[in-house]
Amino acid sequence: MTTQTLTERPARSTLFDGLTRYVPIGATVALLIALYLGGVANYPNFDSPQVVAKLFIDNAPLLVIAVGMTFVILSGGIDLSVGSVMAFSTMACAWLTVDAGIPAPAALVMVLAFGTLWGLAIGAVIHYFNVQPFIATLVGLFLFRGLTLQINSEDVSMREIEFWQWGMTHVDFGEIRDGGFWLPYLSFVAFAVVIVAFVTLHYTRFGRGVYAVGGSESSALLMGLPVARTKIGVYAVSGFCAALAGVLAAFATKSANPLANVGAELDAIAAVVIGGTLLTGGAGFVLGTVAGVMVWGMLNTLIAFQGNLSSWWARIVMGILLLAFILLQRVLARSGEKRRT
Amino acid sequence: MPATAPPGAALVQMTGIVKDFTGVRALDGVDFTLRPGEIHAVMGENGAGKSTLIKVLTGVHGHDAGEILLDGEPVRFHSPKAAQAAGISTVYQEVNLTDNLSVAENLFAGREPRLGPFINFRAMRRKAKALLDDIGIDLNVAAPLSSYSIAMQQLVAIARAVDIESKVLILDEPTSSLDRDEVEVLLGVMRRLAADGTAMVFISHFLDQVYEISDRMTVLRNGTLVGEWATADLPQSELIGHMLGREAATLEQIERAASAHRVEDEEPLVEARGLGRKGSIAPYDLTVRRGEVVGLAGLLGSGRTETVRLIAGADRADSGALQFEGRRVGGHNSRTAAARGIAFCPENRKTEGLVGDLTVAENMILAMQASRGWARSIPVARRDKLVAEFIEKLGIRPADPDMPVKNLSGGNQQKVLLARWMLIEPKLLILDEPTRGIDVGAKADIQRLVAELSADGLSVLFVSAELDEVTRLSDRIAVLRDRELIAVLESEADMTTERIVDTIVAGGRES
Repeated sequence: MTTQTLTERPARSTLFDGLTRYVPIGATVALLIALYLGGVANYPNFDSPQVVAKLFIDNAPLLVIAVGMTFVILSGGIDLSVGSVMAFSTMACAWLTVDAGIPAPAALVMVLAFGTLWGLAIGAVIHYFNVQPFIATLVGLFLFRGLTLQINSEDVSMREIEFWQWGMTHVDFGEIRDGGFWLPYLSFVAFAVVIVAFVTLHYTRFGRGVYAVGGSESSALLMGLPVARTKIGVYAVSGFCAALAGVLAAFATKSANPLANVGAELDAIAAVVIGGTLLTGGAGFVLGTVAGVMVWGMLNTLIAFQGNLSSWWARIVMGILLLAFILLQRVLARSGEKRRT
Repeated sequence: MPATAPPGAALVQMTGIVKDFTGVRALDGVDFTLRPGEIHAVMGENGAGKSTLIKVLTGVHGHDAGEILLDGEPVRFHSPKAAQAAGISTVYQEVNLTDNLSVAENLFAGREPRLGPFINFRAMRRKAKALLDDIGIDLNVAAPLSSYSIAMQQLVAIARAVDIESKVLILDEPTSSLDRDEVEVLLGVMRRLAADGTAMVFISHFLDQVYEISDRMTVLRNGTLVGEWATADLPQSELIGHMLGREAATLEQIERAASAHRVEDEEPLVEARGLGRKGSIAPYDLTVRRGEVVGLAGLLGSGRTETVRLIAGADRADSGALQFEGRRVGGHNSRTAAARGIAFCPENRKTEGLVGDLTVAENMILAMQASRGWARSIPVARRDKLVAEFIEKLGIRPADPDMPVKNLSGGNQQKVLLARWMLIEPKLLILDEPTRGIDVGAKADIQRLVAELSADGLSVLFVSAELDEVTRLSDRIAVLRDRELIAVLESEADMTTERIVDTIVAGGRES
């Protein structure tokens, strides 16, 4: 049977399309390099590899919640509960091991399971009751901060328990004075999370489903994709990541502070957006989020090296960057629309 | 008369289907039978219940009474996914794919070839290429779907449905955004699938296509079954009669009404001189006299909409001048346009016109309220009287002013939008594709209304893709091509479909 063949070239060349897609992340990486070179030029010892390594030590918990947040934002949602869930998880670690005397590995599993279950529950509320993610997760923000303070309104130390020493045990890569650096185990945990997230988002049905739901939820439904499983899944991922970040914080400080991580959810959202993920969902990369977190860390490092600036400057600059990136996204989206018509 | 039970076991047998939407009965005891390998058209006006019937079958809506048998087994699907798993796939009028993903991913979303838990992108692209080749389209399957035209996206949606190896393929208005070549490709695919034994349900407003491709027809009207016929046994005129439930002579009457009326001596209401906008429409001259209907004809993307948007103040012109009632208009925007008496019904009634959750009455009075200012409310009695009057005048169904607009069919939504602008008694009415995607009956109502309004002295700018409609209604026709106004046809002899097509073709040769 002879049929005619219809050919259509993409309205934009794939090269161009690829470029527009990578503009935000390209800008982030360029910014990161500029900040780094600026630091190297102005401060002695800034070129030590440990400066970069330190980004992944101080910001490992932030990186982990930002990765979870990337899943949620890609699906078109938002999760405001992660900062409180994280603080709650750290406090729960302290309470279970110090006060209740439960073996630390068991406590760790319980905390991670609880974070995941919380995510599943709030995801189910969002999906089945059609509640705005903003409001549903705000519940978690209040609930877990309150619960954390209810458990203990003071700092709790976990120094006595040997298990909590594991996280800061470090691997040395050469001598520091010979240009080497070291990284603690908890940084490797964060790296593992990034790699698993990357592979999941790009190479599994669940991951592609997250992009599809973020692109158009009603279309995804009509295409017969498992929308409920995907939407609930992203909040479970985020809940798990928040709990894991809490555990990493316990490792890092060996103490639990009930007022830790206030506003961490917003830092995570900022890092995700600066990393090039669209707040409307459907477009972005987890590696962009890594770059976003590094920008945040680099700003703090620069301020520390400067020595005479208040640490609030990191937030001021972050605010300005966020505005710039949101505007950049709008400009790119608009030029995309124009090209299509 | 309905045919007697035809031979062959039924693949899908729906009996006595009833579906209620918050007080409105959308389907009332409808029967529908689909046999293997047949192409079965479901016909009816907008609001007749075609889409609802399909959505009940595909698990988007549950039904309130009745029975569905698939291969003789009673079934009830709770989601499109469940229906798909049972072998029923659907292609909808609006492209329901996610355009942020690649063509290949859209084709295989949810059933990607995998290596262990991981998607095998190379195999997926190869399979996608083969599938599209098979159907007769050639695309870069790795490119994002958003980089292709809507028509091509629609064909991709069809390819996806075809590949799911469905027993039943439902095509709900799949051709409304396709051009002639693309329609041919689609019909070719349908014939091949039918030969392979796939049963298809075809819904289309294009009667020619329905007659070309379908074997049988089921006709619905107002949510009830009119009957089922073999296509060969049902002449078009009878079909239209069944769909409308009245003699289809309305269209003829409009023709006479329109040509009876003369406006050559009237003074100009709108005069555009060199009006244009960079990248959107080249500078053009256009005059609209009082009581005149000026049609805009041209292919999709020729700049028809862009032309009227400048006059409506929806876009800002960057060259030329616009005169309204003999005075030069400066600082033109949507608000000042409405204040001057220019009413604009945009093309996309869902996103640019109506507020779905507000009621019919609330939607109707929006513009009137805006023109009075928000502080001065419209007395309830006056509002109710006006709304009732327009529901009656335009034949809006259901005739319930308190129904949320989103529950109305496309044709009736369009009428609500028209009523909204009639209420502010405009001097110029701009209609952009007012009859797109609506059925013959509602089309006739809207055309009749346009003819009546212009006879009462209202000027109308009328954009439509259907040349028949433009020639039937217009006093003059502006022809566009490639974002340029290339000719204005004035004489009776020039205002034919053939002449417009010739003008478009010739306009292309000159440039």
